[in-house]
Amino acid sequence: MNFPILSLVTFFPLLISLIVLVMPKSKRNWIRWTATILSLIPLGLAVYIYIIVRADPGIMHFMEEYSWIPAIDVFYRMGVDGLSAVMLVLTALLSTLCYYYSIYTIEERVKEYYFLFLLLQVGMTGVFVSLDFIFFYVFWEIGLVPMYLLIGVWGGERRIYASIKFFLYTLAGSMAMLLAIIGVYLNTGTFDILEAAVLQPFAGNFALAAAAFWAFFIAFAIKVPIFPFHTWLPDAHTEAPTTGSVILAGVLLKLGAYGLIRIVLPLFPEPFAFYSFDVPIIPILAVISIVYGALVCMAQWDLKRLIAYSSVSHMGYVTLGISAAAASLAAGGGKETSAIIGLNGASLQLFTHGIITGGLFFLVGMIYDRAHTRQIKDFGGLGAKVPYYYGIMLVTGFASLGLPGLAGFWSEFFVFRGAFAIIPIFAIIGVLGIVFTAAYILWKVVQFVFLGEFDQEKWDAATHHAELTDMTTFEKVTMWPLVILMVLIGLYPSLIVRLLNAVSTTLMSNF
Amino acid sequence: MQIFIFLLPQLILFLGAVLVFSLDLVGSKEKKWLPYLALAGALISLAVSLYLFGWAEIEEETVLGGMLALDSFSLFFQIFAAVVASLVILLSMAYLDLKSPHQGEYYTFILLACFAIALLALSSDLVMIFIAFELLSISSYILTGFLREDPRSSEAAMKYFLYGSMASGMMLYGMSLLYGATSSTNLVKIAQGLSTVDQGLQWVVYPAIVLLVVGFGYKTASAPFHQWSPDAYEGAPTPVTAFLAVGSIGAGFAIFLRVMLTALPDFQINWVGLLTGLSIVSMTLGNYVALSQKNIKRMLAYSGIAHAGYILIGLVSWESGVFGTVFDGISGVLVYLLVYLAANLGAFAVVVAFENKTGSNQIEDYAGLIQRSPLLAGTMVVFLLSLIGIPGTGGFIGKLLVFGAALRVEYYFLALVAIINSVVAGFYYLNVIRHMFFQPLDEPQREKIQLPASLSTAVIIACVFTLLMGILAQPFIHFVQSSLGMVIS
Repeated sequence: MNFPILSLVTFFPLLISLIVLVMPKSKRNWIRWTATILSLIPLGLAVYIYIIVRADPGIMHFMEEYSWIPAIDVFYRMGVDGLSAVMLVLTALLSTLCYYYSIYTIEERVKEYYFLFLLLQVGMTGVFVSLDFIFFYVFWEIGLVPMYLLIGVWGGERRIYASIKFFLYTLAGSMAMLLAIIGVYLNTGTFDILEAAVLQPFAGNFALAAAAFWAFFIAFAIKVPIFPFHTWLPDAHTEAPTTGSVILAGVLLKLGAYGLIRIVLPLFPEPFAFYSFDVPIIPILAVISIVYGALVCMAQWDLKRLIAYSSVSHMGYVTLGISAAAASLAAGGGKETSAIIGLNGASLQLFTHGIITGGLFFLVGMIYDRAHTRQIKDFGGLGAKVPYYYGIMLVTGFASLGLPGLAGFWSEFFVFRGAFAIIPIFAIIGVLGIVFTAAYILWKVVQFVFLGEFDQEKWDAATHHAELTDMTTFEKVTMWPLVILMVLIGLYPSLIVRLLNAVSTTLMSNF
Repeated sequence: MQIFIFLLPQLILFLGAVLVFSLDLVGSKEKKWLPYLALAGALISLAVSLYLFGWAEIEEETVLGGMLALDSFSLFFQIFAAVVASLVILLSMAYLDLKSPHQGEYYTFILLACFAIALLALSSDLVMIFIAFELLSISSYILTGFLREDPRSSEAAMKYFLYGSMASGMMLYGMSLLYGATSSTNLVKIAQGLSTVDQGLQWVVYPAIVLLVVGFGYKTASAPFHQWSPDAYEGAPTPVTAFLAVGSIGAGFAIFLRVMLTALPDFQINWVGLLTGLSIVSMTLGNYVALSQKNIKRMLAYSGIAHAGYILIGLVSWESGVFGTVFDGISGVLVYLLVYLAANLGAFAVVVAFENKTGSNQIEDYAGLIQRSPLLAGTMVVFLLSLIGIPGTGGFIGKLLVFGAALRVEYYFLALVAIINSVVAGFYYLNVIRHMFFQPLDEPQREKIQLPASLSTAVIIACVFTLLMGILAQPFIHFVQSSLGMVIS
């Protein structure tokens, strides 16, 4: 038997959380540093997995399979392919950065904070490595509770409302998913995700297949979030503490999209294709998410809420890419390459959006910690006062609007390249989103916040004489890994795309 | 000889009750060791029944002229009853010291009531069922009204008694109809009799089923026969509430399963509709009313009604002849009862501990509990998450099995109602978590809560089992499955 590296990477944070739990409450710095430094181990493991998987990313590696609840055929099944390996790196990286950033920013109830955050990491990592439906579901839900508490305890003013809304929305989705999972099991006799995909549940019974499809789809759509299931997101993101928003936007949203790629597309190609091409509900929702999300950003004056809505818009690209791949199955021959490109774009967007929006939320948190306001109108002319911050924000913002040479460009390019060939009309409308994104980043973020004359009186009035300092060392250390990745992927996308492409190719060649 | 061995756990419970009662009468007034004697009785009974279940070779048979069924199904509930007895006694120790001097009677009736649960599960004859049913009911009335000085306690007992006698009366009427049709009170003979009874008498079965369900619905606190429960739960001494919420409901389902599956399996088509309705009404009413409760005991009462609804799904989804799959429904019922036992008794243990310290049962007073007692708040979260059905806790396995059973027989609508209800239920359970974790504390309230050893033991045991059933579910499912042989086939 091989060394169970996936179990280790998944459950190591649990071990850290238990270590944190037994440390005395008063040793706050010990707790902070222990969690941060030990979290480098799962990060290192994730990178190691990435390197190994890179050699042959199209198949599952490090498979682990133990009988867990034999009475109901539930297995402890884990495995990673290129897509999961990339997501593992993202999860571990953002988690470690959050632990590090929290050393300097979280003062209250430190022990509980790290305990919960580490549990959250277990849940997120587990979703990306599990290959058994029940196992997947367990991790899917386990992440919910710590996030709920993180928002509720360490969040902003309307945190209680936001946290309950977040929990109930996700719970509603996952309950629907649970029914669909049981349905798949009763139909195929297995909880194995890969095997179920081969057996094609409900093949030949379109009504039931569509019902199961929608149950899964809604569960994942709530998490992504796809319009009209997105309303929990602005509240949760805005009220969560900075690190909570980073993880929400950076990883939790990806769980939904990952589910669409890993479960919905392989298991229900027929209904997915039908609702992407013949009755194109899903591309319509994707396009609405893109355009509507961007338009709301244009009208937002709360900087954090703006970034939150930009997630709705950007995750719309992911949905568009996946639905283009699905639509290719119904659209007739000769579209395989475009489908694969679209799917590559969608999965690359998961990673790039994770680092970019994660970075943006860090940046918003930094300015909020100084000014204690997030109102865009309270700022202005900051560029001259905090040049370092301005520079980092520019890179991240440009990456977000898809400037060539930075990470965001490639994912959007691939998505539209794929979608144009398969569902052109939606691709054309979707491109509007890119225009709006450029508009709100340049106009709202860059111009209103950084350009112009710095007005000391206005600043003092808005922030009660807060001191405006440039980025401190710990903030730079937090941001640099993300910025480096944005540039690196922008210049050399194959770093990630090679892995994703193999997964997409395998996936599409199964149909 | 076998009957003696098989009934040993019951006899121990009964002897425990008699011993506690009589020793209370002799000697000096102050007897600190009485609760421990009762606890010892419950634990020995538990140990013996576990031994019988796991290691003894028992031939399943009915004895005493078909009055008692010696089978693993009844052993399951014997274990259930002994666990309930032990935990409720642990919950009661510190509470009773504060509230009442009449300890001997109290523990006597706790043991008697648990004895009645086990007896009810053993009964395979309508007469025996009725006797055990009444023994359980009467012990419960007395326990509910145990705090004589507290008018709410007396009111609760009175209400419970009135509802209870009404329900027993209706159930007895139903039994008499079955007897009239088949001239037997034995469940197996009733089943045989009903299959040969002439067409002109067949209709009698339907009113009989309805009347029996009134009685069982009352014991399991299923809506619309639940009206006694919120008041009884609120007024009763809190450990007794815990007993009612778990023990009484468990007993109700024991007899529900026994009668429906042994005497009336051929009429499933007639009772399924009725029970489906009962299940839907229970889940929906329980959850929606629980949303607005301010008192945690009342909230748990309504949530108990909702859980009875979930459990009924398992019974409804049973198909005769289906055995060997866990989604057979009946396994779901028993697993759900187990996880409900651990989570609900645990939650009540926290409620007892909190009430001992603060005298309050208002949910808003739980504010900041995490700072006053991390143990209570932390375990309470586990119990509430289990009641919601979050994976990692036993509640998830319970829900998985009953929902799976409903899907297997293609009762999609029922499953849909159940999941909508599970989401609604999330709201009020989270509300408690919200108070415990999110609300800041005023200075004077920051006093820490110290737990007596008995309570912390109960809380920790319940928490460990809630988590174990979620993470290592296999032994528990196996345990349930091996206790279903005779009843299901």
